[in-house]
Amino acid sequence: MTPVIYIPKDSGALAMGAEKVAKAIETELKARGETARIVRTGSRGLYWLEPMVEVLTEKGRVAYGPVKTKDVRSLFDAGFLSGDQHHLWLGKPETIPFLAKQTRLTFARCGITDPLSLADYEAHGGLAGLRKALAITPADIVRTVTESGLRGRGGAGFPTGIKWKTVLDQVAERKYIVCNADEGDSATFADRMIMEGDPFVLIEGMAIAGIATGATKGYVYIRSEYPHAVVAMQAAIDVARKANVLGTAILGSPNAFEMEVRVGAGAYVCGEETSLLNSLEGKRGIVRAKPPLPAIQGLFGKPTMINNVISLASVPVILDKGATHYKDFGMGRSRGTIPIQIAGNVRHGGLFEAAFGMTLGEIVNDIGGGTATGRPVKAVQVGGPLGAYFPPSLFDTPFDYEAFAAKDGLIGHAGITVFDDTADMLKQARFAMEFCAIESCGKCTPCRIGSTRGVETIDKISAGIEPAKNLALVTDLCNTMKFGSLCALGGFTPYPVMSAINHFPQDFAPRPVQEAAE
Amino acid sequence: MQLSGNQIEVADVAARTAAVIASHAHLEGPLLPILHAVQEEFGFVPTESLPVIAEALNISNAEAHGVVTFYHDYRRAPAGRHVLKLCQAEACQSMGSDKVAEMVKSALGIGFHETAPDGSVTLEPVYCLGLCACAPAAMLDAEVIGRLDAEAVDEIVAEVRR
Ligand SMILES: Cc1cc2nc3c(=O)[nH]c(=O)nc-3n(C[C@H](O)[C@H](O)[C@H](O)COP(=O)(O)O)c2cc1C
Ligand code: SF4
Ligand code: FES
Ligand code: FES
Repeated sequence: MTPVIYIPKDSGALAMGAEKVAKAIETELKARGETARIVRTGSRGLYWLEPMVEVLTEKGRVAYGPVKTKDVRSLFDAGFLSGDQHHLWLGKPETIPFLAKQTRLTFARCGITDPLSLADYEAHGGLAGLRKALAITPADIVRTVTESGLRGRGGAGFPTGIKWKTVLDQVAERKYIVCNADEGDSATFADRMIMEGDPFVLIEGMAIAGIATGATKGYVYIRSEYPHAVVAMQAAIDVARKANVLGTAILGSPNAFEMEVRVGAGAYVCGEETSLLNSLEGKRGIVRAKPPLPAIQGLFGKPTMINNVISLASVPVILDKGATHYKDFGMGRSRGTIPIQIAGNVRHGGLFEAAFGMTLGEIVNDIGGGTATGRPVKAVQVGGPLGAYFPPSLFDTPFDYEAFAAKDGLIGHAGITVFDDTADMLKQARFAMEFCAIESCGKCTPCRIGSTRGVETIDKISAGIEPAKNLALVTDLCNTMKFGSLCALGGFTPYPVMSAINHFPQDFAPRPVQEAAE
Repeated sequence: MQLSGNQIEVADVAARTAAVIASHAHLEGPLLPILHAVQEEFGFVPTESLPVIAEALNISNAEAHGVVTFYHDYRRAPAGRHVLKLCQAEACQSMGSDKVAEMVKSALGIGFHETAPDGSVTLEPVYCLGLCACAPAAMLDAEVIGRLDAEAVDEIVAEVRR
């Protein structure tokens, strides 16, 4: 058989040199007069091993990584086209512990298939959910999603089925599905990986959402920082349209659904759903007051279902395998799986999809392998720039919406940033305020002015100016922001700030005069 | 009259803007796609484009201006030949993005939001590129770069000066 070589073109892999490696492999093949089929895939999400190259052999797929261009010749010499040993040999990818320990439902195909091959997609279980959806009533689709226990993966954790029901119940001549692909949180890249690595699953999820709610038009609002995801989504939509997965007769049924990609313009707040709708309408991304709910009066005043990429991409497997199958994973009111993104100063950074319920410590230490620098972990921020900093003493917190809320934190979009003991938590608190000031939409005074005052006040603490008084002032400011902000940008910035103050008080204590830098 | 720092005639700006608008006329909520395309066309959003856009979309000049200034992406002046974006968000901070930024700034002799005097490069901070497991990360024009270190910084600086 002709060997098949899989090389990721996910941006994380590209950032580690995957394009050069692909070129080197092509050159080496030519030079040796060998033939192989090269397939560009998404990423499996094991970023410390990227670029991870896989070869299809008689015994299945064999992985090598991290591959640098200088390794290519020796890989061929070692016989990597037949899966032979080499110092970068990793064996069957599924047996690498980081992958073996996962439960991949939403990410079942990511890194395995050619993202733009619909045949590949179907061969790996794709479109089965859409076919099931077409065979039942919209109300039954909504019921299945509700019973699965799926909650919004964009951050707020609102039950997806309930929102879908609201949109279904509206009578309107036009309804919209809007996919929130703004993914602005630091430490998150699950949306990006799906859009680059398995875009059809998002298309399938959106088509199902359209059929379920009676919406015929879908927009994917992708942040401009994700140029590769934009290209991949657009290409996948074209393929899907030609194959009647989108269009006026979805898979030959009377259902119609069209999709379009829109690109953001570098505003974090546009990830907030109503700001995003304003942006789609061509306005400034100012947050709208609710009510009216977008489900009732959303895009251009029409009923609009707005969901995160992962929420929508989890729908096909729920329809295919059934609500119970999905719901049986997880704990408490957090059902199913969650793609945890392990990032920052960590040895094994990447995407880890697992049932809810693992503890933070297991994720950081057992799965992540501790810090990249080898120093002790000082803090981990969970849930992006609006999420709290957790000290190792809270590592027994299980990954569950309610458990995190009980510890004054949040799961958000499930990004985790690990910091080693050189981190300065005052600096992190200051950054949280600064970020809020940079990204505020300007509508509420506590967010717009409070954040700037927060930066100034933390600077005073840092300079040793009336630290006790200024610390109390920051706490006050946080309270005002928490209760006086319209959206979670101003409202949740207190999470990183107060958690830094509460869990790491030593970093806010008066400092000895500048010690020699390390 | 000519545009500052650019040799484009106003009439030309208007005509090219009108062409961009025409190719987006079929879209719902076309303003952001139009502004992206205008920026693609000119390298920035010329002030002279705004009245043309405002009239075509039946919005006020002030509204068009408000939208352009709201979003970080839209430039009001041309950028350097290269644009280097350094991620300064938390995951990159945990891996020393501030030190990387200092290295780059001193090597290029410019700060964030500045363009080198020879027009070679514009330096900008960015808050997450989704490369957080390969931190610190950057984007040089369309190219993504992970695990920035001193060596990578040298390469980038050499590249933009070429
Ligand atoms: C400042 C701010 C930024 C947000 N950014 C995002 C984002 O990038 N992606 C996202 O899906 N949700 C984001 N959200 C949450 C959305 O407002 C909304 O809850 C979500 O899109 C709903 O989809 P879901 O129910 O599927 O999670 C953000 C919220 C706030 C307040
Ligand atoms: S809290 Fe901040 S971002 Fe949110 S609506 Fe108010 S001003 Fe805008
Ligand atoms: S936008 Fe309303 S206060 Fe500035
Ligand atoms: S925080 Fe730098 S790439 Fe995400």
